Amino acid sequence: MIVNRRPLTFWEKLYLPAIVGGFKVTMRHAWNSLFRGKTVTMEYPEQKWAVPPDYRGAPYLVRDQEGNTKCVSCQLCEFVCPPKAIKITPPGPSGQIADRPNAEKMPQEFEICMLRCIYCGLCQEVCPEEAIFLLKDYSITGHSRAEMVHNKEQLLALGGVHGGIQKWKHKAEEAKEQESFPVKV
Amino acid sequence: MDLANLYNGLSPATKFLFWSVVKIAFAIGILHAIAAYAVLAERKISAWIQDRVGPNRVAPPFMKYIPVLGRTLTRWGIFQPLADGLKFMLKEDFTPAGVHKAYFWLAPAIAIIPSIIVIAVIPFGSVMGDQKMVIADLNVGILYTFGIVSLGVYGIVLAGYAANSKYPFFGGIRSSAQLISYEISMGMSVIPVFLLAGDLNLSTIISWQANHGWLVLYAPLSFFIFLVASFAETNRLPFDLPEAETELVGGYHTEYSSMKFALFFLAEYSNMVATTGMMTTLFFGGWTLPFWGLDQPAHNIGIAIVQILIFLTKMAALMTVFIWVRWMFPRFRYDQLMDLGWRRFVPLALANILVTAVILWMRS
Repeated sequence: MIVNRRPLTFWEKLYLPAIVGGFKVTMRHAWNSLFRGKTVTMEYPEQKWAVPPDYRGAPYLVRDQEGNTKCVSCQLCEFVCPPKAIKITPPGPSGQIADRPNAEKMPQEFEICMLRCIYCGLCQEVCPEEAIFLLKDYSITGHSRAEMVHNKEQLLALGGVHGGIQKWKHKAEEAKEQESFPVKV
Repeated sequence: MDLANLYNGLSPATKFLFWSVVKIAFAIGILHAIAAYAVLAERKISAWIQDRVGPNRVAPPFMKYIPVLGRTLTRWGIFQPLADGLKFMLKEDFTPAGVHKAYFWLAPAIAIIPSIIVIAVIPFGSVMGDQKMVIADLNVGILYTFGIVSLGVYGIVLAGYAANSKYPFFGGIRSSAQLISYEISMGMSVIPVFLLAGDLNLSTIISWQANHGWLVLYAPLSFFIFLVASFAETNRLPFDLPEAETELVGGYHTEYSSMKFALFFLAEYSNMVATTGMMTTLFFGGWTLPFWGLDQPAHNIGIAIVQILIFLTKMAALMTVFIWVRWMFPRFRYDQLMDLGWRRFVPLALANILVTAVILWMRS
């Protein structure tokens, strides 16, 4: 496409229309922000951003409706985590059993280093138990490196309760029903 | 009493020395304060024009206990310059490996010295007691100013050379190209002013304006050319080619940090103060106002202080124009600047001199 450039008129060459235009625009903006408070600045700690629903914030562990730990220590998230931010200590053969019926295990310790986390959401995607979610927290700060590592208690406290299918509860109910064969339909 | 006797016993030369030192200390103190708050004004006005709020957080801890005033002062960013100054002092002073060390250290000093000593000839008030409120009441005031102001560019060129890196070098080169383009038209633009006033002494020019009215009314074209040339001289938009943050990452001061950078920064704003002071003196009647008898030299200390404040207010108004203009225009290319300087303003300034001279000759 060829744009024909019109030669400037004498009046335009004097820069005067540009000066007047610039004066008007800058004056309008200065007036609006100074006297009418029309600024675009969001003054952060006081005013907070409305986090959209599908936002990927910090990953936290969640509990089910009955307050049980959903994580079963399968370590899939630990393996998938690209920056190796997740570190899970499984209970081991003679360790603590899960705090809910029918689930085999729950992690002895679960640490996410928020200095490493890249908020990619792969842990949430890979979790077969819907136990880890990227919630809406975006301002993760601390005074030391140690403070930036979230342990299991913190993660569970921060994650709160997240409903959804209670897979192991239903399995337990099914198993119980199978004891009185034939199964009711 | 002893002090008064001591003072009266001094020889005139010692008295002159004493008062000069006092005036120099006062002028430099005021200059630095204005430069610091000009930075704040720049940031605030820029913010308003761009729909932002600007610096509004810095405050000493006790400020929050003062009911309304404390919050207002904080919102206006009154304490920001203190924090900025402290920051510059605490920053690491880094010298890159490849620089020419001697020039690298010399350049900030060469940049700042002219911008400070140029205020020596500007009358910032009338009289206080028997002292004229000007550090050096030279008969060739304007020649001194132009001589000194041109030296400031050497600091920039030297900084560009000393840094031994591409962008500062470009900045330095552009600065020298800029210098020869605007300095001539700037010098010629003020000649009609002196033709009208008939003297090179800045105090005489002010008293002429007190009698006849502000010179901006007699020589508006001179003022316009001087104003545009001042933008180039102080390296401000639309002619901030040596700095050009967006293309030269800061230009001549790219490699500088900490106090050395602060000196360049201070030099830029001191230049602004000096230039606006010069404009106030030449075109806006200096410390005078045409009513309430404020156009005559003060006879008591109250009037003297009011006249100094008048001078500072006029300067502040002009500095606001400087800051404002920054957001009106995009940056000129440097060939455009040279074109503007050589092919527009030099002929225009010459014509201005000629017309003024002819009119004065016909009326005499």
